Amino acid sequence: MATTNGAVENGQPDKKLPALPRPIRNLEVKFTKIFINNEWHESKSGKKFATYNPSTLEKICDVEEGDKPDVDKAVEAAQAAFQRGSAWRQLDALSRGRLLHQLADLVERDRTTLATLETMDTGKPFLHAFFIDLEGCIKTLRYFAGWADKIQGKTIPTDDNVVCFTRHEPIGVCGAITPWNFPLLMLVWKLAPALCCGNTVVLKPAEQTPLTALHLGSLIKEVGFPPGVVNIVPGFGPTVGAAISSHPQIHKIAFTGSTEVGKLVKEAASRSNLKRVTLELGGKNPCIVCADADLDLAVECAHQGVFFNQGQCCTAASRVFVEEQIYAEFVRRSVEYAKKRPVGDPFDVRTEQGPQIDQKQFDKILELIESGKKEGAKLECGGSAMEDRGLFITPTVFSEVTDNMRIAKEEIFGPVQPILKFKNIEEVIRRANSTDYGLTAAVFTKNLDKALKLASALESGTVWINCYNAIYAQAPFGGFKMSGNGRELGEYALAEYTEVKTVTIKLGDKNP
Amino acid sequence: MSSGMPDIPAPLTNLKTQYTKIFINNEWHASVSGKKFAVINPATEEVICHVEEGDKEDVDKAVKAARQAFQIGSPWRTMDASERGQLLYKLADLMERDRLLLATMEAMNGGKLFTNAYLMDLGACIKTLRYYAGWADKIQGRTIPADGNIFTYTRHEPIGVCGQIIPWNFPLVMLIWKIGTALSCGNTVVVKPAEQTPLTALHVASLIKEAGFPPGVVNIVPGYGPTAGAAISSHMDVDKVAFTGSTEVGKLIKEAAGKSNLKRVTLELGGKSPCIVFADADLDSAVECAHQGLFYHQGQCCSAATRLFVEESIYDEFVRRSVERAKKYVLGNPLTPGVNQGPQIDKEQHNKILDLIESGKKEGAKLECGGGPWGNKGYFIQPTVFSNVTDDMRIAKEEIFGPVQQIMKFKSLDDLIKRANNTHYGLAAGIFTKDLDKAITVSSALQAGSVWVNCYLMGAVQSPFGGFKMSGNGREMGEYGLHEYTEVKTVTIKISQKNS
Repeated sequence: MATTNGAVENGQPDKKLPALPRPIRNLEVKFTKIFINNEWHESKSGKKFATYNPSTLEKICDVEEGDKPDVDKAVEAAQAAFQRGSAWRQLDALSRGRLLHQLADLVERDRTTLATLETMDTGKPFLHAFFIDLEGCIKTLRYFAGWADKIQGKTIPTDDNVVCFTRHEPIGVCGAITPWNFPLLMLVWKLAPALCCGNTVVLKPAEQTPLTALHLGSLIKEVGFPPGVVNIVPGFGPTVGAAISSHPQIHKIAFTGSTEVGKLVKEAASRSNLKRVTLELGGKNPCIVCADADLDLAVECAHQGVFFNQGQCCTAASRVFVEEQIYAEFVRRSVEYAKKRPVGDPFDVRTEQGPQIDQKQFDKILELIESGKKEGAKLECGGSAMEDRGLFITPTVFSEVTDNMRIAKEEIFGPVQPILKFKNIEEVIRRANSTDYGLTAAVFTKNLDKALKLASALESGTVWINCYNAIYAQAPFGGFKMSGNGRELGEYALAEYTEVKTVTIKLGDKNP
Repeated sequence: MSSGMPDIPAPLTNLKTQYTKIFINNEWHASVSGKKFAVINPATEEVICHVEEGDKEDVDKAVKAARQAFQIGSPWRTMDASERGQLLYKLADLMERDRLLLATMEAMNGGKLFTNAYLMDLGACIKTLRYYAGWADKIQGRTIPADGNIFTYTRHEPIGVCGQIIPWNFPLVMLIWKIGTALSCGNTVVVKPAEQTPLTALHVASLIKEAGFPPGVVNIVPGYGPTAGAAISSHMDVDKVAFTGSTEVGKLIKEAAGKSNLKRVTLELGGKSPCIVFADADLDSAVECAHQGLFYHQGQCCSAATRLFVEESIYDEFVRRSVERAKKYVLGNPLTPGVNQGPQIDKEQHNKILDLIESGKKEGAKLECGGGPWGNKGYFIQPTVFSNVTDDMRIAKEEIFGPVQQIMKFKSLDDLIKRANNTHYGLAAGIFTKDLDKAITVSSALQAGSVWVNCYLMGAVQSPFGGFKMSGNGREMGEYGLHEYTEVKTVTIKISQKNS
């Protein structure tokens, strides 16, 4: 898995493989309330909602259901924590970093609990939650911990007898709405830079997957962040999400989810108070395999690239373009891989694919699979739900896919791999870019010039060459066009959580 | 310095020095020559222990180990940058664990007040390590829109084997300032701690090993300047040398660097830093800051405020309050509670300071208090204040590095700036005023690497520190510190067609 931060590629010659971690049996869910001011609250309305295990289809527990009044309360707390002179505003930047670093340590301490919760709530394989989601959380928290006291303004040589400098200030109260595919990881991607830059936050985790966010709330309190710095309000999009997007006292919002909802968020942000907006949305990501590629590598990367996380990744390699000469062989090997993919209980160490998140997604994916069959793509394997078992779908491969088919244009978000043919580079560049999306792209080739040419030409926020899902805390991630606005991760993320103030002091005497 | 001191533990009694050998490749070595040298407690003049004395052959061994650890493909070179950062965090945690031991050892060996060693020195070390741990995976090159059908980018690579020569006034802090930055950038190091104060460096070596740094990344060779120090400065396989110490020795090092292999050089040298007090200053605050700015650690700071320029109208009152303040010292063993001034580091310094005090008396400065040695054991000097000091006196020109404060008078601003800048030094300066314009204008005009306004010696890990003119070359700390430990490589790849 490329997302193990290069460890797999570079090899760790002296490291012995440790024993596999085990999930916690009969885990008791401790945190199910709304988190405001480091305290646990019931919803103002008294309502609760259920969260389900998509693998067993059973209810895990009930969670307090927030709505606008709860968001108002959270924003009030976040505002108070952000006042000039508050504990949070007066803290040395280095100490902010220290708190984030210590939060990383607690996430590491509770890694098994969090991975178990994440698997229960999302259906993702436990080992993936443990080694990928949780690894990403810990590394991202540590990365941004290091930035806190390195966020620097400039002194600037302007014209005239003045002294001019910039302050890189926190924006204020930041709202964050996070998705259900990588619940904790996507939350940390927002929380870490927001806190690093000195903001306070009001978070809404996805209604399908609120549990790890709430456990994180308990760790925030344990580490010692001042009350009101982080507030978590579980609930639904049209209520809590809309309240956050429109709130006049929230000055920035970050959303990860579908392009459709992303547009609504940006609209609401504009209509209310022009709050700053960052969006991480969908993708229909081209994966281009040239004839000179290392074929085994390309097949494996393309396979994991589309099937990882049950196909539920914004980065899914959902348009595989394969050069004519190697097309048949590529399809043959891909089908072999797909047929071998172990689907089943996410707590089983052999499982690579669990259930889809819910009935709505399940139905949408099956509908798109049917469209593929109807519109003339060749079904190579899979193509239906697994027996009569809940939300599981057989890994599906379509070949002879053409650009006008729905499976080549719409984001599927399921275990479905469409493989298309191309003849030459200029053609594939044009076709790869013919989409309103632009999140990621991948290129498989050994040729230097081809690699660099494609890297420049593809309209994507991230281009992977001879790898897939190589995402690191240090490197920016985000979309061109309608795949998003702004960047997360890396130094670039800081700009999204900073408000620049220019200070100009008139002097009597000029000294350059 | 704030007065609300938190509770700190008492220093360790019967501290046994565990590490007294040369540290190479994470192992302890005897010196090639078999020689050892004595390490002295400057408060009692007693020998604490003996330490292996490194010379050229030991430096050669250390450089070989450091070079090996720096090879392409080595564990250190192939390690994720974030993992380098994690090792530095681990080292910080270990220093925090051993804080009491290190503070006791530093106080005993360096004549440093235990409370300062525990709170300030160890605090600074831990913060610095955590600061540079955070930089490791944020050292970024650029991709550049150069002319032509090319793709151009820079790599910010480590320089290679870095020699680092550490002084005796802040043995641990100066060690961490150097290795923290060097290691964050991916270099390997050969460190020579001051011969007066090698002990805490060697304990840190044991923590380097415990933290898990690969062998050869950090090597420590205790010894003397003319032998071990010179061997480092002239070594043909050392890529960079960093030195903190006197301007006199700094010049020799830069010369040797040029004569040998043009190794990169950074220097943090002496100072004769002006501290300017305007009539509109908060007088109490100015007196206290100027006082601490000079007397901290018995005056043994490169940035000591050793030329106090006070505006005429407040001069007499300023002198009166400064003298009163200087009389509040209890001299003695720096580990003893209640003592607030320790000894000077050794006999050589002791003699030099007394000689300069005599010159002050002889050249006509007014001795307000102190003016001689103290006690019959240890290198103690009474806190001393001279007023009516003029610019031509030796005490106004030469670095004293002792508890001797010079207070001078000024009338006009232009004249003052000229006088403040009239020195080959340029390390630091202080300004005391409430006026916005004056603060900004004067700080722009002073030729000093650090200018403090209404405070002094507020050294933050995040801010660069270093000298103008002969107070040094280059900067330590902050983001700027990284430049000195980085070598930039430009990579240019021909492509068939560039697009913006």
